[in-house]
Amino acid sequence: MVMMNEDPTTLVPELALLAGAVLAVLVGVWTPRRRQGRVRVLALLAVGVALVATGIAATKPPSTTFDTYVLDTTTHAVRAIVLVAVALILWWSRDAVAAHPRESEFTALVLLGGLGAVLMAGAGDLLLLFAAFLLASVPLYALAGWAKTGATTEAALKYYLSGAFAGVTMLAGTTLLYGAAGTTGYEALAEGLATGAAAPAAVALVAVLAGLAFKAGAVPAHFWVPDVTDGTPPAVAAVLTTIPKIGALAAVWRLLLAVPEAIVPWPLLVAVIAAISMTLGNLAAFAQTSVLRLLAYSTVSQVGYVLVIIAVAARTPQAQPALLFYLAAYALTNVGAFAVVAAHPARTIDEFQGLGRRRPLLAIALVVCLLGLVGTPPTAVFVGKLTAFTAAFDGGMAWLAVLAAVNTVASLFYYLRWIAPVFRAQAQEPPEDTGESRTARSGAVTAAALSVVLGVAAGLVLPLFTTS
Amino acid sequence: MLSVVVFLPVVVALGLAALPATSAPRRYTVPWVVTGLVQLALVAIMWLRLPAGGYGFVEQVAWIPSAGISYHLGVDGLSLPLVAMTVVVFTAAAVYSLREDRRPKSYVVLFLALQTVSVGVFVALDLILFFLFFDLSIVFMYFVIAGWGHGSRARSAALTFFLYTFLGSLALLLGFILIYLAATPHTFDIPALAAQNPLAAGGPAAGAALLAVGLGLAVKTPLVPFHTWLPPAHTEAPAAGSAVLAGVLLKMGTYGFVRIAMPLLPASWRQFAGVVVVLGVVSVVYGAMVALAQTDLKRMIAYTSVNHMGYVLLGVGAAGLVADSDAQARQLATTGAVTQMVSHGLITGALFLLAGALHDRGRTYDMGAYGGLAARTPRFAGLFAVAAFASLGLPGFSGFIAEFQIFTGALGATPVATAIAVTGILITAGLFLVALSRMLLGELRHPDAPGTPRPFPDLRARELAAIVPLLLLATLIGLLPRTLLDTIEPASRVLNELVAR
Repeated sequence: MVMMNEDPTTLVPELALLAGAVLAVLVGVWTPRRRQGRVRVLALLAVGVALVATGIAATKPPSTTFDTYVLDTTTHAVRAIVLVAVALILWWSRDAVAAHPRESEFTALVLLGGLGAVLMAGAGDLLLLFAAFLLASVPLYALAGWAKTGATTEAALKYYLSGAFAGVTMLAGTTLLYGAAGTTGYEALAEGLATGAAAPAAVALVAVLAGLAFKAGAVPAHFWVPDVTDGTPPAVAAVLTTIPKIGALAAVWRLLLAVPEAIVPWPLLVAVIAAISMTLGNLAAFAQTSVLRLLAYSTVSQVGYVLVIIAVAARTPQAQPALLFYLAAYALTNVGAFAVVAAHPARTIDEFQGLGRRRPLLAIALVVCLLGLVGTPPTAVFVGKLTAFTAAFDGGMAWLAVLAAVNTVASLFYYLRWIAPVFRAQAQEPPEDTGESRTARSGAVTAAALSVVLGVAAGLVLPLFTTS
Repeated sequence: MLSVVVFLPVVVALGLAALPATSAPRRYTVPWVVTGLVQLALVAIMWLRLPAGGYGFVEQVAWIPSAGISYHLGVDGLSLPLVAMTVVVFTAAAVYSLREDRRPKSYVVLFLALQTVSVGVFVALDLILFFLFFDLSIVFMYFVIAGWGHGSRARSAALTFFLYTFLGSLALLLGFILIYLAATPHTFDIPALAAQNPLAAGGPAAGAALLAVGLGLAVKTPLVPFHTWLPPAHTEAPAAGSAVLAGVLLKMGTYGFVRIAMPLLPASWRQFAGVVVVLGVVSVVYGAMVALAQTDLKRMIAYTSVNHMGYVLLGVGAAGLVADSDAQARQLATTGAVTQMVSHGLITGALFLLAGALHDRGRTYDMGAYGGLAARTPRFAGLFAVAAFASLGLPGFSGFIAEFQIFTGALGATPVATAIAVTGILITAGLFLVALSRMLLGELRHPDAPGTPRPFPDLRARELAAIVPLLLLATLIGLLPRTLLDTIEPASRVLNELVAR
C-alpha cells in the first residue's frame, strides 16, 4: 500500500512552475521591453528549483498526495523530462522572443503548459486529470496564437476548436466512467468496474482516451498537428509537439494500467492506434516539402512508437523503463530538431541546400537529430526503440514490433530527403544571412549532443526508470 | 589495447576536425595514412600475442546492465584476420587518396569514422555493440557515396544503399531481440549466448530469429536476390569508397554468419543449411553470369563480389550439414570461407583502386573505350592482370587457397551444389580474360573526351604504393598460407563444435 499524505512540500516542482509563471507575468508588466530578459532568467530559476526538488523527491518512496496525485517514478521522470525540455526551449528561443511585445507572456504560457503536462502525468483521479488537461490546453491555445500573424491565428483557432471538441468528449467520458465505476480515483477504478457494466465502461474509456490522444497528437486526433506546427514559430511548435505529448502519454499509461484488461480489452485498441499513428504519420510525411510539416508528421509517427510500449504496458515489466526512456529521448531529439529550424530562416527542404558548408555544426546537429528520430545508434531514441521492440516482443505483440521496424525504415526515407540537400553544394550564394539565431543554433547543438549522451549513458538512466 | 585500435581513427578525426577547412589536402590525408600504419602495427602485435583458444584482448565494461548490454570487445582467429584486412584496405585507400582535393577535410574525417566502426564490427562481442557499429557503417558510407560520388545518380544510389541496408539492419535488430528474449537471464552478450545456446531446441522462434538475422546479413553480404543495391552503390562511389565498401563492408555480412548466426542459432542453422547452400550457389552462378554481361568495369567487379560472397555462403552452409560430412570437411569449409573473406577484401580492394585510377585518366568506366593499354601503361596493365588472375582463383594467389578449401570441404556434403559452384570459377575466368584482352591488348585506344588529361600516364608512385601491397599480400597468402590458416583453424574448429552440438 502506498503512503498517503497531504504535504504541500511534495508539490514543490509544480508550485515552482506555477510561481514562475505568475512572477513572469507580474515582473514582465513592470519591466521595460528591452530588459525583459530578466523574466526568462526568473523562469529558468523556477525550472531549476523544480528540477532540484524533483531530484530530492525521487529519492523518497512512492506515495499519493492529496488523495489524487501520485508521486512515483513515472511522475518524477515526467517532471524531469518536461522541466529539461522547457528549460531548453526557453533558452534557445531567446533570439526569437527577445524584444517581442509579448515576451513575458511567452515565458509564462510555456511554464503553465509545462505545469499542465506534469499534472496530467501525475493525476491519479479522473477529475484531476481533466483539470490538468485544461491546464495543459488553455495556455497552449494562447501560445499557438502568440505571434499574432495570419497563419498563427488560423493555427490557434484550429488548435482551440479541436481541443474544445476533444475536451468535451473527454469530460463526457469522465462522467460516464464515473457512472460505470462509481469512483473517479484510479485505485478504486478496477474494483468499481468489475461490478458495473462493461459496455459503458468501454465507451467511456474510449472517450477519455480521445481527449488524451488530442494532446498527444495521435491518430485520429492528429489533424491539428501539421497545421499548428507549420503555422506557428518553431519555438512555439517545439513546445506544442513536445511538452503536452509527454504528459498525455504518461497519463494514458497511468489510466490504462488502472483498467483491467479483462473488462475493457484496451491493449488491442492501443495497438491499433499505435499502428495507424506510425504508418499514417510516415506516409503523410513522405511528400512534405515544408520542414515544419515534415517534423509535424514525424511527431505523429513517434507517438505511434510510444503507444507500442503502452499497448503492452500491463504485460511486461520492461514497459515502464521503455516508456519513460523513450519519452526522454523523444523530447530531447524533437526539441533539437525544432531548434535547427529555428536557427535558420529556411522553411522548405530546398532552402536547406548548402547548410553543411555555411554552418557545419548546425548541419551535424540536424543529422544527429534526424537520424536520432530514425533510431540510429548510439542516439537515445535507438535505446528507446530497442527497449520498445523488446517490450513488444515480450508482451506478445511481435507483429507490432515488426510493423514498427518497417515504419522506421520508411521514416528514414523522408528524413534523408531533408539531410541530402544539406550537404549539396549550393548553386548561388544566399543573398544575406538574416534571420539566423545564435541561441537556437547552440540550443540545437546542445540538444543533439545531449541526445547522444543520453543514448550512451542509457545504462545509468534506465535503472532510475525501472523502480516503481 | 583493443579499444585503442578501434577508437584511434576517431580520435585522430576529432583532432583533424579542429583544423581549418581550407588547409592543404595533405594536412588531412597524411595523418590518415599514419593512423592506418599505427593501427597496423598494433594489429601485428595482437596477432603475435593471440591466445591459442578463446578470445584474446577481451575488454568488458557494463554499459546498460538492465538491458543485458555490455561494452564487450575481443578477438579470435575468425575476427583478427578480418581486422588486419580492414586496416590494410583502409590504409591502401588512404594512400590512394593522398591527393584528394574535393573537400579533403570532411572526406578524411568521414573515412576515419568509417574505419573505427569497421574495425569495431569485427571485434564486438555484444550483439547491440555489433549492431551499433554495423548501423553506423551504413550512415558513414551513405555520406561518402552521396558526397563524393561520380555522377548525378550518386545521390539516388546512396539513398538506395541506405534504405536497403538499413532495412536489413533493422531485421537484424529484431532477430537479436528474439535471441535476447529467449535467453535466461536476458543478455546480448555473444559468448554468453553461445555458451547458453538458448534456442537449442529449434522451433518457430529459433527459425524466426534465424530468418530475421539471415535476412539482415544477406542484404549486407549481399546474396541474390538482395543484391540490387550493390552495383549502383559501387558504380557511383569514389574509388576509395568502393574499395572499402567491397573490401570491408560486405564482410560484415558474412562475418555475421560465422560470429552470430552459426554459434547462436546452431539448431536452426543445421536445419536450414541446405537453404544457405542453395542461396550461395545461386549467388555464385548469377553473380558470375551477370558480371560476364557487363561493359562497365566497376559494375563487372561489383558483380564478381556477389559471386565471391556466394562461395563464402557455400562454405558456411556446408558447415551446417552435419549429418552428411565429417568434422574435418566442415572445418575445411569454414576455414575456407573465412580465408575467402580476407582474400576477397584484398583483391577486390586492389581491383577497385585500379578501376579508380583508370577513371582518373579516362573519365569513364566503359571497357569498350579502352584498348591496348599494355603498351601505353605497362604498370597498370601488369597490376590489373595480376589482380584479375588473383580474383579468378589462380593457384598461387589467396583466392585459390580459399576456394579450394571451400570446394573440398563442401564436396562431400553437397556434391551437386559444389559442382555447380565450380562452374562459377570458369565463368569468372572467362570474363576476366575477356576484360583483359579488351582493355590491355590490341590497338591503343583511350577516351578522348573533353576534360580528359591529354597524355594517358601510367600509374604514379602514390597509386602503386596503394595497390601493390594489397596484391603482394594476396600473393603471400597464396604462397605461404600457413600463417593465416594457423590463426583461423583453431577458431573454426571451435565454431564447428558450436554448430554441431
